[in-house]
Amino acid sequence: MSDTTNEEKMDLAPIETPFKRIWADFCQNKIALAALIVLLIIVCIALFAPWIAPTNPYDLASVSILDGKLPPGSESLSGVTYVLGTDGAGRGLLSSIFYGLRISLGVGVMSALVALVFGAIMGLAAAYYGGRVDTIIMRIVDIQLSFPAILVALILLAALGKGVDKIIIALVIVQWAYYARTVRASALVERSKEYVEAATCLALSDRRILLRHLLPNCLPPLIVIGTVQTAHAISLEATLSFLGVGLPITEPSLGLLISNGFEYMMSGKYWISFFPGIALLVTIVSINLVGDQLRDVLNPRLQK
Amino acid sequence: MSVFIIRRLMQAILVVWIMSLLVYVGVHIVGDPVDMLINPEADQAEIARVIRDLGLDRPLHEQYWYFLKNALQGDLGNSFIFNEPALKLVVQRIPATFELALAALGLAVVIGIPLGVYAGLKPDSKISQTIMASSILGFSLPTFWVGLMLIMFFSVMMGWLPSFGRGDTETIFGVEFSFLTWDGLTHLFLPALNLSLFKLSLVIRLARAGTREVVHQEYIKFARAKGLSQNRIIFVHLMKNIMIPVVTVLGLEFGGLIAFSVVTETVFSWPGMGKLIIDALHNLDRPLVVAYLMVIVVLFVFINLVVDVLYSILDPRVRLRDLKG
Amino acid sequence: MTDTPILDVQGLETHFFTKDGVAKAIDGVNFTVRKGEIMGLVGESGSGKSVTGFSILGLVDPPGKVVGGKVLFKGEDLLQADDKRMQELRGARISMIFQDPMMTLNPVLRVDTQMIETIQAHEKVDKQTAWQRSRDALAQVGIPSPEERMRAYPHQFSGGMRQRVAIAIALLNKPDLIIADEPTTALDVTIQGQILYETQKLCRETGTAMIWVTHDLAVVAGLADSISVMYAGRVVEQGNINDVLDNPVHPYTLGLLGSVPGHNTRGQRLYQVPGMAPSLFKLPKGCAFQPRCGYATEACQQDQTVTEPVPGRAVRCCHPQVEVSS
Repeated sequence: MSDTTNEEKMDLAPIETPFKRIWADFCQNKIALAALIVLLIIVCIALFAPWIAPTNPYDLASVSILDGKLPPGSESLSGVTYVLGTDGAGRGLLSSIFYGLRISLGVGVMSALVALVFGAIMGLAAAYYGGRVDTIIMRIVDIQLSFPAILVALILLAALGKGVDKIIIALVIVQWAYYARTVRASALVERSKEYVEAATCLALSDRRILLRHLLPNCLPPLIVIGTVQTAHAISLEATLSFLGVGLPITEPSLGLLISNGFEYMMSGKYWISFFPGIALLVTIVSINLVGDQLRDVLNPRLQK
Repeated sequence: MSVFIIRRLMQAILVVWIMSLLVYVGVHIVGDPVDMLINPEADQAEIARVIRDLGLDRPLHEQYWYFLKNALQGDLGNSFIFNEPALKLVVQRIPATFELALAALGLAVVIGIPLGVYAGLKPDSKISQTIMASSILGFSLPTFWVGLMLIMFFSVMMGWLPSFGRGDTETIFGVEFSFLTWDGLTHLFLPALNLSLFKLSLVIRLARAGTREVVHQEYIKFARAKGLSQNRIIFVHLMKNIMIPVVTVLGLEFGGLIAFSVVTETVFSWPGMGKLIIDALHNLDRPLVVAYLMVIVVLFVFINLVVDVLYSILDPRVRLRDLKG
Repeated sequence: MTDTPILDVQGLETHFFTKDGVAKAIDGVNFTVRKGEIMGLVGESGSGKSVTGFSILGLVDPPGKVVGGKVLFKGEDLLQADDKRMQELRGARISMIFQDPMMTLNPVLRVDTQMIETIQAHEKVDKQTAWQRSRDALAQVGIPSPEERMRAYPHQFSGGMRQRVAIAIALLNKPDLIIADEPTTALDVTIQGQILYETQKLCRETGTAMIWVTHDLAVVAGLADSISVMYAGRVVEQGNINDVLDNPVHPYTLGLLGSVPGHNTRGQRLYQVPGMAPSLFKLPKGCAFQPRCGYATEACQQDQTVTEPVPGRAVRCCHPQVEVSS
C-alpha cells in the first residue's frame, strides 16, 4: 500500500485517491446509497443484537409459552409489548429476528470470506503456474459449476450432517469455484502485462509477484463477486436451514425462524414466517443493490 | 459430430464415476459406515451380520468395488423406512419432479417473454419499470419464503388454491400426471409458479435485453419500410430473434430447476424426488439418500450432455472449438 | 398527368430532440420527383440526406420528429396520413432500400418468408402466387437459380446478393417510388456498378421514380436525371444532373466537385473543402456553409433565399458563382 501513496506524492497535480473516487462514483446512485445505509443498519443490528433487542428470546426465564403466537402489537401477560408478535414458544419475533440476523450474516460473511481467500489462491495459482496446475484446478471448477449450488450443498450436508462449522464448510465448497474462476480470468489478463514481466526479470519470488503484483489488480472483480456471493450464501443458508439440513435448532438463523412459522401458517398466523422473511429479503436486496453499483463503479470499461 | 458425442460421453462417464467415489467416500469415511448403512434399530447380532454381508470388515478399495458392482446392477440397497429397493423409490418419483420443473419452465416462458418484450419495447413506461423492479426482486427473493407467502395468500387467506400434494392424477403409460385433471392443475399451479420465479426473472431480463437490441436493428426498420403490421414485426421478426438466446439459456437452466425443486417440493409437499430426499435425510434413511444422490448425478450429467450436444448442433462454432481444444 | 410530380416535398423539417438540445437535421427541404425520374440526393454524412428519406416514409425514430412541411405523394400529404394509411403505402407504393445489406434482412427468417410477407401485407393473394412473384423478382434482379435461393437464409448470401434480394423486395409490389439510402456504399466497386446498372434499367422499364441518397457524386453522375445537393439540413443547389455537374453554381457544390478525383486533374493536388461540417446543435448564423466558404461576405450572415441564377436551377446562396464556372 505504501507504494501507491509514494506514487501519488510524486504526481504534481493533486489527484484523488482511488477510494475517494470510488466513493464519489458510488454516491451517484441514490438507490444504491440508500441500500448501503440500510445494509449498515442491518449489520449494526446484527453486531449489537444482545444490547438493542427488546427482549432476550433465548433467556428461558423471560420466555413463557403462555405468550405464544401473539399477533403483532399485542401485550403479553407480563406487560411486554411485542411489536411483531411472538412465535409458538412465546419468543418476541423482533428480538428473534435481531438474533437471527446475527447468525445469518455471520454464517454468510464467514463462508464468503473463507471461500474468497481459498478461491483467490486457487485462481491465482492456476493463472500463474498455468499448464497442468491450471488444467486440474479449472476442470474441478467446471465440473462443480455444472451442478447447481443447492445440489452440491445438499450432497455435502447429507454426508457432513448439521452444524455451524458444517454449513460453513459446505458453503465454502459451493462458492470457491466462482472466486477461482474470476481471479484466474483477471490474473491471466494481468499476467500478460509488462509489469509482471518486469517483476519476473527482477527475479522477485513467486509469492511476491502473486501477492503484491497480481492480487491487487484482481481485487475489483473479487470485491464485486464477494458482495454478490455473500447474498447468495445468506440465501442458501436460509434455504438449507429451512429444509432442515443446515443449522441445528440451537442456532436459530432467519431461515429456521421462517421454518418454525410454517406449521402455524395454516391457521392464519402469518407473522411468524412473514417478518423474518422480510428481514431476509431486505438484507439480500440491499447487498445485491450495493453489489450492482460496485460492479458499475469498479468496472473500468464503464469509466468515462 | 460422432467424435464430439463420444468425447462428451466419456467425460460424462468420468464425472459419474468421480461422483460415485465422492458419495461413497462421503458416506463411508466422513460418517461411520455402520451408522450410515444399518438400521439404527437393529440389534448386535443383526449389526454383525450386516457388517459381514456388506463386507465392511474388508479393506476400503474392496468395499468400493463391491458397492460399484452392485450399483451397476441397479442395486443401491433397500430403504429402511419403505423396505423397498431405494433406486426404485427414487425413480418412481422422477415424473412428478419433471412435471413440476416443466410446468415451471412453461410458466417462465409464457409469462416472462411477453413482459420482457413489453419492457423492451417501452423502456420508459411506468409498467416497464415496475416489471424490471419486480424482476430484480425475483432474483433476491428466497424461493422457500415466497412459497410460504403464496400458500399464505392463495390458500389460507383467499382459499382459492390447494397448498399441498398433487391432487387427482391421470395415468398414462403407467406414469401419473397432474396436469391432465382440473384438480391436478389447481395443485400444480402454485408450486410451478414458485419454482419458476427465479427463471421468470431471468427470462424477463433476457427478453428485455434481446428486444432492446433487436428493435434498433436495421432489419426491423426494413420490415416497417416493407409496410408490415406491428403485430407481424413483433411476433415474427422480433420474437424469432430473441427466442434463440432465451431457449438456449433455459435449456441450460433446466437442471437447476430439477435441483431447486427440492425446496418447492418441501414447501408444497409435492411428492417428487426432492421431497423424498428431504424426508430421507430427516428419517436417516441412508440408502435412500445415496440412491437419490446417484440418480441426480446421473440425471444431471445426462442433462448437461444433451444440452451440450444440442448446443453444438445449433452452433457449429462450439463444435469446432471443442474438437480443437 | 405527366407534369404532376409523384413526390413533392415542401419545406420539410425534421428535428432531433436530444439531451444536448435540438438538432435541426432537416430544416426546410424542397424538391420534386416526377414519374420515372431518378433524383440523386447528395451530401456529406450528417447533412440530413438519409433522414429525408426516412421522413418521407414516416420512419424517423425518436428522439427525431418531423415538425413541419408537406410531403405530397401523388397529391396526398403523407405527414397528415394516419399510421394505417402509411402502412398501406410503405412497401407497396413507396419502398425503400437500406444502406447495409448485411443488416437489412432478418437473419433468422428465410428469404422466401421475408418476400412473401411483403406481398401478403398489401394484397390478398394466396401463398403460391406470392411465392411465384417473389421468385420472379429474384430472377429479375439477377440472382442465379432463384428457386433454390428462395429457401436460403440471408447469411448464405454474399453482400451483393443480399442487396439484390433487398432490391427485389423493394420492387415486389411495383411501387411508384423507391427511396434508396446509399444502397451501394457497403459493396465492392464492381458489384456496385452491376447493381447501379440493373437498378437504372428496372426503373426505366417500370417507370418507377427513385430517390438515390448518396455521398458519391460519381454514382449520381451516371445514374440520376436530377440532383439535389444538401448541406446541414438544407438543399443548397438543385437542377438537371448534367447542368449541375458541368456548371455548378453554389460554392459548396463547386467544392464537392473539386474534391472528386478525375482524369484531368491528375498530378494536381485535389481540392479540399476547408474546415469541418458544422454541428447541427450549433449552426452558424445565416448560411450554414459560410464559415467554410471562400466567397463569404457580410450578406451571408442573413438567411439565404432560394434564387434561380441559371434557368432551371434552384440555389440557396447570395453569391452564385455563375461567371466563374462558365
